[in-house]
Amino acid sequence: MSLRSPLGRVRGLGSAKDGTGHWWAQRLTALALIPLTVWFCVAVVSLSGADHAAVAAWAGSPLVAGLLILLIAATFYHAYLGVQVVIEDYVHSEMFKIAGLLLAKAAAIVLALTGILSVLLLLFR
Amino acid sequence: MVELALPANSKVGTGKSWPKPAGAAKTKTFKVYRWNPDDEENPKVDSFEVDLDDCGPMVLDALIKIKNEIDPTLTFRRSCREGVCGSCAMNIDGTNTLACTKYLSEIGGDVKVYPLPHMPVVKDLVPDLTQIYAQYASIEPWLKTETPAPERERAQSPEERARLDGLWECILCFSCSTSCPSYWWNGDRYLGPAILLQAYRWIVDSRDEATGERLDQLEDPFRLYRCHTIMNCTKTCPKSLNPAKAIAEIKKLMVERKG
Repeated sequence: MSLRSPLGRVRGLGSAKDGTGHWWAQRLTALALIPLTVWFCVAVVSLSGADHAAVAAWAGSPLVAGLLILLIAATFYHAYLGVQVVIEDYVHSEMFKIAGLLLAKAAAIVLALTGILSVLLLLFR
Repeated sequence: MVELALPANSKVGTGKSWPKPAGAAKTKTFKVYRWNPDDEENPKVDSFEVDLDDCGPMVLDALIKIKNEIDPTLTFRRSCREGVCGSCAMNIDGTNTLACTKYLSEIGGDVKVYPLPHMPVVKDLVPDLTQIYAQYASIEPWLKTETPAPERERAQSPEERARLDGLWECILCFSCSTSCPSYWWNGDRYLGPAILLQAYRWIVDSRDEATGERLDQLEDPFRLYRCHTIMNCTKTCPKSLNPAKAIAEIKKLMVERKG
């Protein structure tokens, strides 16, 4: 039980003066993912039936590798920002919240690095 | 954690069924949420039959008739009966609205009447608004200026005044905030659509000189950015206002002042 006044409770720890960067990054990555995803889908469809060497050669060109890295980075950055919001919305136990956020961040970084390093392997093969 | 199942003391049971009024040709059934803080029982839904030939056209007319003629213990807030005071906001037929401006004829089948969702209940249809009133106070909803008061009123051009349209009409009934899932889950920290629309009303007021401080106070992952444009607020507003747009405008100003 708390006898703190309702206004004191609402003011709480004050404004974090934060959140705009997160909101803006989520929108920018969403925008960037539209052309990147369309390009990737079209490219994959046009490569259907190609053998391993042809696909590896395609992904190993500097322009394609660059776009693939951008696609991977934007995807996992955007995904993490979204998952972060979901966890903050629904997980109210401070311990589980921090654990969930760290796990989500770690997963996003590991998956993004795996993808990016794979593209680099093809590029510098 | 978000509560997926209701706590035991929130499970709603079936309450009393009042008989059909004698000699009534056209009746409508009202299923009304009842909870009394004094009897330590779970909430129940009572069933009332109202003679439509002897009742005004609005849901509030029927509730007043029930209170006057069937069960005087039925408890709800009402005042102006014309959609100006915001007292009779409740969940009717699954949507938050004002009982006084909701036509009975718009509702097919039984009329389900519940208090505003996800608020503590004082009794029956009366929600406890302590928290949301404190949130309203926290945005300091008054004109803040440092320029000394002029001889006459603080002037505003017609265009500047027009920016307040769609904002000043808010009657603080809180239909929007209590329809917002983000407010349900995080109402302790998220200000919710009603309060953010009010905050924006002072942010765009050309006479106000505290715009930056107001934005500072809102720039917070919880106070402002729990809004995920679900749009329930705009859909439910009984005054046809657009709180979601007001929130979007605040977010745009946050970006604008960065660079």
